[in-house]
Amino acid sequence: MTALRHGKYPFILAFLLPPVGIYVLYMLSPYVQAIYISLTDWSGLTASQTFIGFDNYVEMWNDDQLRTALRNNLILLVVVPVLTVMLALFFASMLNVGGRGRGQAITGVRGSSIYKVVYFFPQVLPHAIVAIVFAYVFAPENAGGILNNILEAIGLGNLTQLWLGEPKYLIWIVVLVMTWAFVGFYVVLFSAAMQSIPKDIYEAALLDGANRMTTFRKVTLPLVWDTVQVGWVYMAIQAMDGFAIVHIMLGVNGGVQGAGDVLGVAIYRAAFAQSDFGYAAAIGVLMLVLTMTIVVLFFRVLRRERVELA
Amino acid sequence: MTATQAGPQGSSTDTPARETRIRQPGVGGRGRAIGLLNGGFLLFWGLITTLPLVWAILSSFKTNGEFRTDPMGLPGGIEWDNFARAWNAANIGQYFLNSVIVVAMSLTMTMLFGAMGAYVLARYDFPGNRIVYFMFIGGLILPVFLALVPMFFVVRNTGDIPLIGQFLGLNSYLSLALVYVAFSMPFTVFFLTAFFRTLPTSVAEAGIMDGCTHFSLFFRVMLPMAKPGIISLALFNFLGHWNQYVLPLVIMQDGDKRVLAQGLGTLAANTGFRADYTALFAGLVIALMPVLIVYLLFQKQVQSGLTAGVLK
Repeated sequence: MTALRHGKYPFILAFLLPPVGIYVLYMLSPYVQAIYISLTDWSGLTASQTFIGFDNYVEMWNDDQLRTALRNNLILLVVVPVLTVMLALFFASMLNVGGRGRGQAITGVRGSSIYKVVYFFPQVLPHAIVAIVFAYVFAPENAGGILNNILEAIGLGNLTQLWLGEPKYLIWIVVLVMTWAFVGFYVVLFSAAMQSIPKDIYEAALLDGANRMTTFRKVTLPLVWDTVQVGWVYMAIQAMDGFAIVHIMLGVNGGVQGAGDVLGVAIYRAAFAQSDFGYAAAIGVLMLVLTMTIVVLFFRVLRRERVELA
Repeated sequence: MTATQAGPQGSSTDTPARETRIRQPGVGGRGRAIGLLNGGFLLFWGLITTLPLVWAILSSFKTNGEFRTDPMGLPGGIEWDNFARAWNAANIGQYFLNSVIVVAMSLTMTMLFGAMGAYVLARYDFPGNRIVYFMFIGGLILPVFLALVPMFFVVRNTGDIPLIGQFLGLNSYLSLALVYVAFSMPFTVFFLTAFFRTLPTSVAEAGIMDGCTHFSLFFRVMLPMAKPGIISLALFNFLGHWNQYVLPLVIMQDGDKRVLAQGLGTLAANTGFRADYTALFAGLVIALMPVLIVYLLFQKQVQSGLTAGVLK
C-alpha cells in the first residue's frame, strides 16, 4: 500500500471516529458509570450522589424479592437451554438424517425444508408479540384462553387452571414460552452442522448395522458437539434476558406475588418505578458477574476433544 | 461465513443421493412405525409453532362479541373495523411510523459506520488497532440491563448540549437510533471485520494502481465486494432494531413517541380494561406483517445471517 501512504492516518481517524464515538458515548460509558452508580444511593432526582460503599450489595443480599428473581434467572439459565437443545437436536436429526428408505441411505424426512421455514419463524418475531400471544394462550376461557379451551375440548376439562394466577406456575410458563421461541433457531443451526457431516460416515454406520439411536449417539452427536456447545453459551446469555416476556405477560411486578420476577425486570422496576438508581445498578452488576461466570464456566466444562472431519 | 452458510439449507431434499444396495435396518415394519411416530412429532411441533399465531390472526378478523362467546371458532366475516380502530384509536399507526423512522436511521448508520470501522480494523495497520477491536468485541457479552440506568442519564444529558441538544435527549428519534447503533456495534464490527479480511487483496491493489484514494477504494471497490456480508447483517440488524423492546421503554417515555413493539405491549396491558380484544389482535397483525414479509422474502439469508452469528 505504498502508493497510499499519503493520508493514511486522517483516513483511519475519519472512519473510526463515528463508530467509536457513538459506541463509547452510548454503550461503553454507561457500563463504566453503572459500576460507580451501584456504590451510591442516587435517586436520579438530585445532582449529588452519596457514596455508600457496598450498602446496595448488602441490601440485595437481604432482599427476598431479588432472591426470587435470581432463582428464576437460574431456572431459565439451566432449564431453557437443556429443553431447547434436546428438542432441537431431536428435530434437526429427524429433518436431516431421519428418513431412511426409497433407496437412499440417509436423507431428511419429506417436507423438511418447509418445516425449517416454519420452525424458524418465532426467532424473527418481536418478543413483545410472543408475550402477548402467550398471555392469551394461558388466559382464562372467557378471555381467549387457548390452552384451557383445548383441554376442555379434548375432555381434560378438570386440568384447566388460572395459569397466570398461580404463583408456582409462573416461571415455568416463562420457560415454556422461551423454549417455544428458541427451538426453531437451534433446529436450523444444528441442521447446518448435520448437513456438513459426510454421508459416507452414515453409510458405514448402516453397514455395521447401527440403529437410529446408536447412529445418533455415536455419529451425529459427536460431530455436531462443537455447534451444540457454542449454541448453548449463546442461549444461556439470551436466557438471562426474558425482560419483554415477563414484563408483558406478567407485568412490571413479576406477576402474582412477584413469583415470575427476573433480574432484568427487577432492574427496570428499581430504576424507573422506585427511582432507586443505585440499587438498580447494583443488580446490573450482579447480572454482569453472573453472565461472565456462565461464559467462563461453559467454556471450561463443555470443551471436549474436537472432532476433525477429514 | 455467510457464503458457506447459505449452502446447506434445504439441500437435504435435493441432494442426489447415491443408490446404496446395503441392508437398511430402518426400512422394515418396525422402522416404518418409528418413521410415522417421528413424522408425528415433527407435525406436532409445527402445529405448536403456528397455531397460537394463526389464532391471533383469526381473532383479528372477529367482532368482540364473537371473540368473547367463541374464542376458538372461525370468524363469521372479516371485521375490517378492528384494523381501523387499532391504527387510529389505539395509535398503532403512529407507533408504526415511529418505528419506521427510527429503524431507517439506525439501520443506515449501523451499516455505514459498522462497515467503516470494520474495514479500517481489518485492512489497516496502525497503533491501537487491536485495542479498538477488542473494545468492540468486549461489548458482545455485556448484558444490556447493566447499562440501562446510566444510559438513561447519558441520553437525558445530551438534550442539554447547546445547538444539537434539541435533536437529542429523551423522546428523540435520533437518540433512540444512536442507542441502537451503539448496541449493534460489537456484533456488526465483529462480523464485518472477519468478512473484510476474507476479501482478496489483489482487487484492492488494482484499485490503487488505478489511482483510487482511501475513500474511493472503500466506497467504489471494497463496499460493493462486501455486499453479501452486508445484506445478511443488515437483515439481522433490521430484525434486532424493529423488535427492540427494553431500550425504547427507557428512552421513549412520551406516549406519542413509542415504537411499535413497545406501543403494542402497552396496548396489551390496557386491553383488559377497554375489553377491545380484537383491536389488539389487529394491532398485533399489523406489527407482525413487516417481519413476516422480510422473513418470507429473504428466508435463506435471514436463517444464514442469524445462525452465522452464533457460529462465528
